[in-house]
Amino acid sequence: MRHFIVVALLVIACTFLTHTAITSIDILPRKASAQAIPIDHLFEIQLWLISFLFSLVTVTLAYSLIVFRRRPGDVSEGVHVEGNTRLEILWTVAPLVTVIALAYLGARSLSEVQRADPNALQVEVLGGQWFWSFTYPEYGVTSDELYLPVSKQALLRMTSLDVIHSFWVPEFRVKQDLLPGKITELRVTPTETGEYTLLCAEMCGTSHAYMVAPVKVVSQEEFMAWIEEKISQAKLDPVQRGRKLANQYCTACHSIDGSQKVGPTWKGLFGSLVTLEDGTSVIADEVYLRNAIANPNLQIRKGYPGNVMPNFGNILTESQIEDLVAYIRSIE
Amino acid sequence: MKVILSLGLIRGLLWQLLGTALGIGFFTLVRALLGLPSWEAEPAIVVGALFGALFFLLGVGVLNDWLKWAAGEPTEDHVDDSHLGWRRYFGPSLDHKVIGVQYLVLSLVLMSVGGLFALLFRTELAQVQMQFLSLDQYNTLMSLHGMVMIISILMGIAAFMNYLVPLLIGAHDMAFPRLNAFSFWIAVPSAIILLSSLALGGFDTGWTGYPPLSVRAPIGIQMFLLGVSLSGFSSILGGLNIIATIVRMRARSMTPFRMPIFVWSSLATSIISLTATQLIGLSFQMVMLQRLFGMSFFDATKGGNPILFQHLFWFYSHPAVYIFVLPGLGIISELLPVFVRKPLFGYRWIAMSSLGIALVGFLVWGHHMFTSGMAEYLRVPFMYSTLLVAVPTGIKFFSWLATAWQGKISFETPMLFILAGIVVFLLGGLSGPPHAVVSTNLHLHDSYFVVGHFHNAMYGGFVFPFFAAIFYWYPKITGKRLSETLGKIQFWLMAPSFVIMSLLMMRIGLLGMRRRIADYEPAFGFEPYHLIMTIMAFLTALGVVVFFINVIYTQLKGQPVTGNVWNSRSPEWQVPSPMPVHNYERELIVVGEPYDYGSPGSRYVKFVGEA
Ligand code: HEM
Ligand SMILES: [Cu+2]
Repeated sequence: MRHFIVVALLVIACTFLTHTAITSIDILPRKASAQAIPIDHLFEIQLWLISFLFSLVTVTLAYSLIVFRRRPGDVSEGVHVEGNTRLEILWTVAPLVTVIALAYLGARSLSEVQRADPNALQVEVLGGQWFWSFTYPEYGVTSDELYLPVSKQALLRMTSLDVIHSFWVPEFRVKQDLLPGKITELRVTPTETGEYTLLCAEMCGTSHAYMVAPVKVVSQEEFMAWIEEKISQAKLDPVQRGRKLANQYCTACHSIDGSQKVGPTWKGLFGSLVTLEDGTSVIADEVYLRNAIANPNLQIRKGYPGNVMPNFGNILTESQIEDLVAYIRSIE
Repeated sequence: MKVILSLGLIRGLLWQLLGTALGIGFFTLVRALLGLPSWEAEPAIVVGALFGALFFLLGVGVLNDWLKWAAGEPTEDHVDDSHLGWRRYFGPSLDHKVIGVQYLVLSLVLMSVGGLFALLFRTELAQVQMQFLSLDQYNTLMSLHGMVMIISILMGIAAFMNYLVPLLIGAHDMAFPRLNAFSFWIAVPSAIILLSSLALGGFDTGWTGYPPLSVRAPIGIQMFLLGVSLSGFSSILGGLNIIATIVRMRARSMTPFRMPIFVWSSLATSIISLTATQLIGLSFQMVMLQRLFGMSFFDATKGGNPILFQHLFWFYSHPAVYIFVLPGLGIISELLPVFVRKPLFGYRWIAMSSLGIALVGFLVWGHHMFTSGMAEYLRVPFMYSTLLVAVPTGIKFFSWLATAWQGKISFETPMLFILAGIVVFLLGGLSGPPHAVVSTNLHLHDSYFVVGHFHNAMYGGFVFPFFAAIFYWYPKITGKRLSETLGKIQFWLMAPSFVIMSLLMMRIGLLGMRRRIADYEPAFGFEPYHLIMTIMAFLTALGVVVFFINVIYTQLKGQPVTGNVWNSRSPEWQVPSPMPVHNYERELIVVGEPYDYGSPGSRYVKFVGEA
């Protein structure tokens, strides 16, 4: 009996100790969305559960190892106990009740995470190898940064151009995959202004590690100002617009300084003689560039695999492609 | 030279080379005859690899007996090939003990290769930015590490199931010895095909091979898909064999609840591998077909569905994680009573919990897909079923604790590894429920936390029990005992460093480190953690090196031991080591409970004619 009391006390002490030790460091990143609140609440409950079970098992085990260790010279056997049905039932039923309760809490918190606001700001999220693009259909604005007004729910309607990607901003806690040919939805209500990073969480090929995008949560006024600026920017000169587009869609695979990436460099590309896969050569003029962007598999460059670059003809408008051509022209 | 060529393995490898060349040539010829452009790399290589595997089997000679049967010729049963000495380990022996050792060696070889891959990319991670690997090299090594380790685990559990199950139930061999040899030898060309993906452009999908990424990956992915599909035969047929052996070949009076507990866990494991493995094979073959023939199973633009793959894949791969750990947990339950000198607490509950885990394990695969975009109403039911797995898992832990309570505990090397197994598996088990609960999963999925979770589950449920088993049964297998000193050095190198590494994995995962990335954002401040993890990985690996040194040292310098080294009640220890060729000379009779330690004068088994 004495053994049991000692172990029970030690387990309780160790539970609090473990819990305090873990919470004394910030185990989660900053909490910056309304959805993070029920999620973190559940993390806290789980942390207590984990601290307790960890202590229960390790303390009991360590106690046995120390107190019941074989002393030198002792050759006797342990106590002959084969089992105890009541105990077994206890440690079947108690965990059963616990996990059912946990699952119940989990379902409740999930429904809170999914709560929909009919006035949510619509954002269309497009992921591709290896870029992110965000369109605000209400304003006709497209950007490579995700701007969100604080305290307003955003409904992200997401899809992928090629393979599966996944939307994750650790501070928002929630995550959702982007599927090619299908739209998935995610709701986020940012609660704190600031800068965050959007990460692609699903393995998506070579540059998966670099498939990130800046996220800026700003006040409603700043958000509107940014939208205004975006709209007026659209009237900039074509090279500027082209550069923006390139940074968003292209520079993950094409360099402008001659360095080697997945696709051919753009340095000195315009007007040069390029060799195609079938051995023929063509001059990289405007027609060539336009085709190479809109439908890259028509003319595959020698030394570069086909079927890697998406058909941007389906993604960009005619005039955007013209802007890109203008930009590529401008690179010496 | 003649000796070398007489080795089945060498013949098999040469034949595999030949078969691959023939397959490529044959395919190209057929195309030429059909008037198609004759060279197309991908299908040619796939056909070549298939031919290569078949030729390997022919070259080794595992098919000989079956070919003879087909031709109506007689074959010999119960062959005694012990006169071949060490050479029989390199050929198609039918002795389950030889096959067990063959599996064991293959497992260790693959573990070393997979571990080496890990050290390479772990070193790359130690600092931000890419230092010496390209992104594609990193992705390939990371993906191969996963699958090579999984095959290594499958080989490792097959090793112990093969070696031990017949011994523990008093049988002279497995139910189907030829099938047993086939199951092992098919795994060798499979592993070679899998590794050959390195030379064919690699692949970047991780071990999960999700389409559409796997449909766009370099040709290397075909070798990955094919290698895994072929090695699936090993699991399926091995599982079948184990089940048949357990059901049909037990010693007289060994009722189900008097079987050693490891036999129960082998049974549960084999039920899973027999029934679930087809699904991973199927899903991988569908990707192969989509690539080769443009069948658009998983292509949404052509009416396919990428999520379908995930369902098929996880329907195997979740139960598979229990294939990895159930034998290890069985080893823990099997050895604990020996080192605490007490009966296994709640034997029937532990036996049933293995079956419970195996069955519930079939109903939870969706927990890998909470963020995938699968039908939303499926998420909550999968959460409930997943959390239910914690119940039988809990039974095992509590029963182990009760077994150790008031024992007479001693700390030989196998016991140390058992204890590490328990504690590390506990970390794996405790990090499971946060994944299982949907809303916390939304944060954790595809983060390094998952990586920490399953490394804990696999080290606790496989790696540490595996080494415990090696140290424990080594005298039975070889007649020599591994050095305790080196064993303890290995233990102290491996266990603490692994725990630190896995805790840091979970820590940075919570903070936002994604899994499967070659490089990470400097701004997140993960660099010091990664540096420590890399150092810990090297310490763990050093532990494995010490193990190999131990084996060599013991083979050269170790004193023969033939007796009951651990003072165990189990039947295999009641006869001298190493085990005789046909196991027990006299039939075995069960006369008591398997784990009645502390009950003076009681025995578990007796041999016919013995007092
Ligand atoms: C109480 C027991 C366990 C629970 C509740 C549990 C739960 C989970 C869940 C929900 C996931 C998916 C996480 C995600 O990707 O979002 C997961 C991943 C995983 N678990 Fe467990 N798990 C348990 C025990 C185990 C055991 C015993 C193993 C055995 C080796 C294991 C191996 C794995 C592996 C390999 C993965 C990652 C698969 C991948 O995405 O590559 N788990 N676990
Ligand atoms: Cu699972």
